[in-house]
Amino acid sequence: MAKPLKTLGEDVWRTKVEKVNGELFALTYGSIVTQLCRDFNNNYAKVNTQLDKMGYNMGTRLIEEFLARSQLGRCRDFRDTAETVAKVAFKMFLNISPTVTNVAPDAKAFSLIFDENPLAEFVELPESARRRAVGSTAGPVENGDAMASAPAQAPLWFSNVLCGVVRGALEMVQLQVDARWVSDVLLGDECSEMRVTLIKVLEDEVPAGED
Amino acid sequence: VAEPALFGLLIEMGPALEAAMTGGAREAVFFKMEMLGYNVGQRLVERLAKDHARFTDTLDVVKFICKEFWMAVFRKQVDNLKTNHRGVYVLQDNNFRWFMNASGATTLQDATQAMTPFLWFPCGLIRGALAGLGYATVVMAESVGIPQCTFQIKIATGR
Repeated sequence: MAKPLKTLGEDVWRTKVEKVNGELFALTYGSIVTQLCRDFNNNYAKVNTQLDKMGYNMGTRLIEEFLARSQLGRCRDFRDTAETVAKVAFKMFLNISPTVTNVAPDAKAFSLIFDENPLAEFVELPESARRRAVGSTAGPVENGDAMASAPAQAPLWFSNVLCGVVRGALEMVQLQVDARWVSDVLLGDECSEMRVTLIKVLEDEVPAGED
Repeated sequence: VAEPALFGLLIEMGPALEAAMTGGAREAVFFKMEMLGYNVGQRLVERLAKDHARFTDTLDVVKFICKEFWMAVFRKQVDNLKTNHRGVYVLQDNNFRWFMNASGATTLQDATQAMTPFLWFPCGLIRGALAGLGYATVVMAESVGIPQCTFQIKIATGR
């Protein structure tokens, strides 16, 4: 390999991408999420799905941008993919590089730990969005009138769009993955962790349509 | 944050809002986009203007929008500003940044049509920014063909 991935990521970020105001980005994303919560009556499961879908569509486009600017070839294995996603892809688009940890022994899964998240810069979630279903012992829904229609299930994964992006982008390079948040500081967790699991390496085929 | 990331977000905003609505009209989606822009503009301008000297008059405020605000959002300044001195300002941007990567439509008319949704959000941004600075306005955008774009601001009330 010509350059370590970390240096490559930094180079690409510095010299090859046009930058926009980060606050504009964060505020725009925030207001989209807020609007979706409102439209879906605070049904966070649905909001999560929609965000993931948005991300997927973005990912399928961003991958081209990524390949063009990074000039990277094929990854040797999934572990290599993990490093590339963390050090080059996230660096290039968001100027962050999450840490890769917990690589599964068979190297079919890895976790990304986000120390910073430009999407969530100004965010504090309301109590209702943080309630987390813990098995069947999920607490009863407090019947505050605003929340009356919210079922006590999934919490809001605020940055779910990132999972979608990872999923969409990797699918375009023949890696079908499952990406989901395991924990999020916005929900009061210690750190924000995204788990990416390889489902299968796709043969050359037409990807299933999703819009 | 890299520009493609923001563009991706803007492109997906429409479909996502549409999916979230139960059988709404296209206009309703545009309206929502405008509202989102308004919210963002209002909050963004607070941050941008916090170190700015006190504005002396309306023109001063509009100039701020043309320069600093435009710079922050579209990474350039407005090319041309006209006014009738009775509360109407016309901002012309000959190379509207958000149109730069547009492609796909074959004719100029198609292209302009296709970009319409992307005008609603910035309209909201501008209206929100002006509201944040104390002016209620009506903002309309039109494009005679990308990448040109014109925003017309009507000041409804002074402060």
